[in-house]
Amino acid sequence: MDSGPVRCRLWLLAWLAASLCQQAAAAAPAEARAAALLQLLHNDCGACHGLSLKGGLGSPLTPQALAGKPADSLVATILNGRPGTPMPPWRPFLSEEEAQWLVQLLQQGGAR
Amino acid sequence: MAGSTLATGRRTLARLLAALLSLALAACASPPPLRGTGNLGVVIERASGSVQIVDNSHAQSLARVQGLGDLSHASVVFSPDARYAYVFGRDGAISKLDLLSARLVKRVEQASNSIGGAISSDGRVIAAQNYSPGGVKLFDADTLALLASVPASAGANGQPSRVVGLADLPGKRFAYALFDADEIDVLDASTPTAPKIQRFQHIGKQPYDGLASGDGRYFIAGLYGEDGLALLDSWHADAGVRRILAGYGRGRQALPVYKMPHLRGWSIAGDYAFLPAIGQHEVLVADNRSWAQVATVPVLGQPVFVMAEPGGRRVWVNFAFPDNDKVQVIDVPTRQVIKTLQPGRAILHMEFTARGDAVWLSSRDDNKLLVIDTASFEVRRTLPALEPSGIFFSSRASRMGM
Repeated sequence: MDSGPVRCRLWLLAWLAASLCQQAAAAAPAEARAAALLQLLHNDCGACHGLSLKGGLGSPLTPQALAGKPADSLVATILNGRPGTPMPPWRPFLSEEEAQWLVQLLQQGGAR
Repeated sequence: MAGSTLATGRRTLARLLAALLSLALAACASPPPLRGTGNLGVVIERASGSVQIVDNSHAQSLARVQGLGDLSHASVVFSPDARYAYVFGRDGAISKLDLLSARLVKRVEQASNSIGGAISSDGRVIAAQNYSPGGVKLFDADTLALLASVPASAGANGQPSRVVGLADLPGKRFAYALFDADEIDVLDASTPTAPKIQRFQHIGKQPYDGLASGDGRYFIAGLYGEDGLALLDSWHADAGVRRILAGYGRGRQALPVYKMPHLRGWSIAGDYAFLPAIGQHEVLVADNRSWAQVATVPVLGQPVFVMAEPGGRRVWVNFAFPDNDKVQVIDVPTRQVIKTLQPGRAILHMEFTARGDAVWLSSRDDNKLLVIDTASFEVRRTLPALEPSGIFFSSRASRMGM
């Protein structure tokens, strides 16, 4: 009873699923960088949006407040700012992938 | 033998315990040593919802008080006798602290999102400025019972505007600005259950904070939405609000602002007001009677706090991210930066002792307070603190607009 081809097919499936997931989800940054990004989020984004991200002069960044907003436009807001509002561009301080990771975290409520 | 030794041992132990107990009782019965509160202060520990009570004569921490809620943004005012501190938290709570017993004596949750407050000239009324729901609420300073709620004028989205820059004026009045409604209001709390409001509209785009001059005559709102500030002369309120320092950016591209500046009455040094520009790495200098711009002082980043030493000879400036590890000192007569310090990571606030001998700085990311000698710029002492932000000394109790 040779289970080789079956096992092989299972591996292929798993690999495919994993790579699909990776495309849908932003790649997580390395641990130290992730910690620095979370600190940036709570302290520096938090200067206007609140340390707990419930809003202030900046709008709230809770999952409820961000529900239904396209991730792409949120990423663009982080990177480029919003002219006519106090939201500044953060592009000098984080990459597009990192902004995607933060948006995903915020929308899923995992930004702790 | 063994039995008697044991008995003696027991008697000795009993005597020792009795002695200790009477000592402990004596300690309970005798009142704590008398002291004043004029050299005390409150330090906000923003992430842990706690404050430290500090003694600024001896540069030491006396106590930590916990359970104040969300202090990620907080400000403090003092009762006229400087015994009680009122802490306004981000979560809309007002906490009344007894500086002598280091205890939380009262706490009310009065809004869902708040930014600060003020105390009336007679010390009887606490006013809180709220983002959500936008407006001002008045409380009895003794009991924190609600006296009145004044919704702010609506902004473009139809919701009551967020309130910024609340400051006390003489005669039980308060002035504040409305970020979403481009308005300055003066509230008369002579009858605190039925306050009277005077509204000044179209004062300029997006006022982000405000200050009252130390004599309580002028109220100035900084504008985010345009280059300039809005000035109300409360001696001539009928003349309305006028623009000062208009067009200070002179058409230059505005630089990004990673933290909003904070305004208070500390901006005035002698004959001049030193004010943070928005979107320019400059401190603006205005004559404090004509309010004409007399100079700009280039600095290394976006100024956040621009604070004159109590004597007015020098002005200290800290900065928004990513320059928040630095502090610059401006010499007032020459209007030049004479010193750049790099005292720690994330310097969020500065507070002078009453007569300016020392300045305390908070370094959030180094979890410390620094006490700096203003004459020599030497660090006299560092004290541990948990992510400290605001530092508030009780000498504010007798200052208007603080």
